[in-house]
Amino acid sequence: MKSLYDRLSPVVRDIPPSGIRRFFDLANQMEDVISLGVGEPDFVTPWHVREACFYSLERGYTTYTSNKGLPELREAIADYLCSFQLAYDPEELVVTVGGSEAIDLAMRTLLCPGDEVLIPEPAYVSYNPCTTLAGGVPVGVPTFAEDEFRLTPENLRKRITPRSKVLILCYPSNPTGAVMSKADLQAIADVVLEHDLFVISDEIYAELTYDGHHASIASLPGMKERTVLISGMSKAFAMTGWRIGYAAAPPEILNLMLKIHQYTILCAPIMGQKAALEALRHGHAEKDKMIDRYNQRRRMIVKGFREIGLACHEPKGAFYAFPDIRSTGLSSEEFAERLLHHSRVAVVPGNVFGQGGEGFVRCSYATSIEQIQKAIERIGNFVRSLGGIK
Amino acid sequence: MDSSLKLQILNLLEENSRLSHEDIASMLGVDPAEVTRWIKEMEQDKIILRYSTVINWDKVDTHKVTAVIDVKVTPQREVGFDAIAERIYRFPEVKSVSLMSGAYDLQVVIEGMHLKEVANFVAEKLSTIEHVNSTTTHFLLKTYKSNGVIFDDHEDDQRLVITP
Repeated sequence: MKSLYDRLSPVVRDIPPSGIRRFFDLANQMEDVISLGVGEPDFVTPWHVREACFYSLERGYTTYTSNKGLPELREAIADYLCSFQLAYDPEELVVTVGGSEAIDLAMRTLLCPGDEVLIPEPAYVSYNPCTTLAGGVPVGVPTFAEDEFRLTPENLRKRITPRSKVLILCYPSNPTGAVMSKADLQAIADVVLEHDLFVISDEIYAELTYDGHHASIASLPGMKERTVLISGMSKAFAMTGWRIGYAAAPPEILNLMLKIHQYTILCAPIMGQKAALEALRHGHAEKDKMIDRYNQRRRMIVKGFREIGLACHEPKGAFYAFPDIRSTGLSSEEFAERLLHHSRVAVVPGNVFGQGGEGFVRCSYATSIEQIQKAIERIGNFVRSLGGIK
Repeated sequence: MDSSLKLQILNLLEENSRLSHEDIASMLGVDPAEVTRWIKEMEQDKIILRYSTVINWDKVDTHKVTAVIDVKVTPQREVGFDAIAERIYRFPEVKSVSLMSGAYDLQVVIEGMHLKEVANFVAEKLSTIEHVNSTTTHFLLKTYKSNGVIFDDHEDDQRLVITP
């Protein structure tokens, strides 16, 4: 007779556990750890947003909303997207439980079994398993530090096969902080159109673009019709725990995504939706203040890494620095683990983000200037203890 | 550009006056010499008046007493409220003096070592100044927030040490 485990879904069984799990357990057991491992804002959700949620609860807003989300919230999202030159009707939007649910919905809607999904790597850890869970085949497309981790049309073309169906873009990038200019995106859009691909564009870090404005691939000619744009409140408005994201897509795609959403989630929690509405209506001043802070920390951490001898490209978005640790002679995992034990600084090894991440570590600067200064000092001591840069 | 840089420097210093010029320069992506030059200029122009610390005195066993006094005065010809305000702010125990709109004219904050000292100041010094018509003294019982800083111990980072 088969064991309990053997009777479970082979698709799920075969997905490797998150590469950072072991590391996470180690870091959590230790005291006095400075963490640069956190992928979420260190700010608490602005008070007026929290207060708006209390008020809505007092008024008795505790019910389901429409599957797509509160109409007024979808209107506010549509208005907000206009600032990125994106014209969506509220009917082309669905409010989801975080951007994560939107990624899953998009994958399950777009993929047939065996379809290939092109994933520029290093990539956020969910794209590969979500592809597999939806019956697709993840295909990594390497990006390189020399290109500031931007996806190039040449590298994309090399991985396209007749089975290629979807390209995932995540810019500004978690984990590298890379951004794509409008010209970069146009070159990618040309390849996408040529090969008749769909695009899932995860733009959750759009607001955190430090030099110039964020460009969305959906704003380019011919791209809106084949793009599922994903974003949410988590990063820009410091609302990770509220789990409010959204997807924007052409009606044909959106209506199918909506079917999965209504049979699995039904709707995003109304409290979060009410809070998101307040954030979009009145939260831009607070948001801008937070972005200024990230920008100051970004400059500080990059300079810090360079001063202790670690090469670090300038991240132009998100809140991660991705220093190159190859000069120490250690692998990403060795570096991260020994750094944790030796100097009590937690960073995330780059290899957990797939091809091209090896030799780098992800350092979040969503923490105070004081912590960043201390962390850089400790990392400097650690690098020197290795006998310096090899 | 210059005025925006000045503002950015002021915001950083207001939040943490211990930041070095080099740190400010790294955070703003400019040359440290430029930061030094601007700070010097703003000190000379009396834009930056002092580098101070926000202290939660409730946690220190000093028995200090702070009083906020609403003062009604008769403004004087030519000098308006300024001359009387100056007479008041010269007293060393006076922490701040502001001209207010509304029910009273001057808000005076004073700090004393004990209640009696505050009472003496009001009765003997403040009330007896010519043109001071009336005073209402409020004692400050507890500070919850001052200069933008919340006086609370529960500001820990609640996040997991590592997340994807």
